[in-house]
Amino acid sequence: MSPALCAMCRASRALIIRPKNHQKLCKACFIAIFEAEIHHTITSTNLFSPGDRIAIGASGGKDSTVLASVLKTLNERYNYGLDLVLLSIDEGIKGYRDDSLETVKRNAVQYGMPLKIVGYDELYGWTMDQVVETIGKKGNCTYCGVFRRQALDRGAKMLGIKHVVTGHNADDVAETILMNLLRGDLPRLARSTNIITGDEMSEVKRSKPLKYAYEKEIVLYAHHKKLDYFSTECIYSPEAFRGSARSLIKNLERVRPSAILDVVRSGEDMARLVPEEVTGISQCKSQKISLSNADGGDEGAGGCGSSNGRSSGGEMAEMEKKLQQDEEAAGREVEITSVSSHANGQRHDRIGGKSHLRSRAQGDTGRKLLRQTLGTCKRCGYMSSQEICKACVLLDGLNKNRPKMEIEIDVEDEESSTLRRRMEGIALAAG
Amino acid sequence: MAAEEIIPVVVEFTGGLEMLFADQRKHTLAVPAKDEEGKPVTVGWLVNYLCEKVMKDSRKEMFVLDGHVRPGILVLINDADWELEGEASYALQPKDNILFVSTLHGG
Ligand SMILES: [Zn+2]
Ligand SMILES: [Zn+2]
Repeated sequence: MSPALCAMCRASRALIIRPKNHQKLCKACFIAIFEAEIHHTITSTNLFSPGDRIAIGASGGKDSTVLASVLKTLNERYNYGLDLVLLSIDEGIKGYRDDSLETVKRNAVQYGMPLKIVGYDELYGWTMDQVVETIGKKGNCTYCGVFRRQALDRGAKMLGIKHVVTGHNADDVAETILMNLLRGDLPRLARSTNIITGDEMSEVKRSKPLKYAYEKEIVLYAHHKKLDYFSTECIYSPEAFRGSARSLIKNLERVRPSAILDVVRSGEDMARLVPEEVTGISQCKSQKISLSNADGGDEGAGGCGSSNGRSSGGEMAEMEKKLQQDEEAAGREVEITSVSSHANGQRHDRIGGKSHLRSRAQGDTGRKLLRQTLGTCKRCGYMSSQEICKACVLLDGLNKNRPKMEIEIDVEDEESSTLRRRMEGIALAAG
Repeated sequence: MAAEEIIPVVVEFTGGLEMLFADQRKHTLAVPAKDEEGKPVTVGWLVNYLCEKVMKDSRKEMFVLDGHVRPGILVLINDADWELEGEASYALQPKDNILFVSTLHGG
């Protein structure tokens, strides 16, 4: 086979075949067009203004490393006038973040950017290792995800920064769209297609400049630019029902590479068809903030994996097992999703004392969203649609579990929590 | 005899795949030039060979699924996407560099 020539410069040997259009490109032209497309995404959505201070949610993984590298390049090339800072979260998982934080520290030097590392321990008084010690491995990724979302915003706030960019790519967005489609969650589907969540009224807004970039191209960009990134799975593997959606995306891509971007575009088209009163988008500003940020579940409610806020779909073995299970029973996906929202509802039930929450979690989300108003958490002051924010609710549960009791406490088990409350009552009475 | 001919190749694993291969990123291998049927060895043959002879980890499905390289793992032959080189049917040449990169790990 004679080597194919690059479709752009027609001079160099093609090394890359683009998934979205099968275009064959040489290394230099690929790097150029990859950067040009991110630039286009940024300018066409008016993502930044000159003088903005931007925190890059940096995990040391491929997506955020590529994001940092590309933003540095574009900021210099097109004079965005941005002040870029790397912001990393240390979940406190021994042996997991050590290497990835070392990678981020090297990135900070390589890209000449200041680095801020925020630990779960300083933010919440709990490391993930301690959380797992207390509640076990089951359900811990919910904690990790909820804590992580706030951690980035709080870290940004500590730095006086109002805009956090994350490395979510087209595969991530497509996966989220599919998951919300499977859940029948139109409001979240609509919001998950947005490039920005939060707005001028929010204290901290989020955006994903790599929204249209294929994961494959991100990895190839990192490879051809010889970027220094770190790859590992979270060792507390998520129970990750998302794992199978990820596999679905990758299988679709193998059959028809354009499928990923097609799902993203379809998601955007569907989002436009969802009435405003359902999405909450374009409602009054304060409401929009509460909708986009406070719930914290727009992307990766599972929340684990090394990308900030992104669910990577779990430890590979778990994912594989899950995929096989799903092949046996196609309905499993929906089933698991609803079980998980059940669990959420129950946690709220227990602590908030609102018994209608469970049906709400599965039922008419649209109406629920309309009733939400912006508020702040009574405990921590973080923006929340509830009196007590999700993180504080989880912390409440954790703090009650300390010191650890003899009985195994399942976060999703209503009975044991009732038992736990009774025991606490006894302890209180005795004290 | 030609059947004893050996081809030196370099095989690399990155993006998290190295953990399936004893945490070793770069493997310098000498593989037979011909397969059992006397045909020149291909990348497809190499993938099988890696699974059976090199990989100590039991989780073969992390690398190969349904007889194919697992979706989400990129294969680069001398830095070119293997789709440009005929994928699994590409016949190995001496000193080829075959790189397997996982995109499946956290970003
Ligand atoms: Zn070119
Ligand atoms: Zn709170």
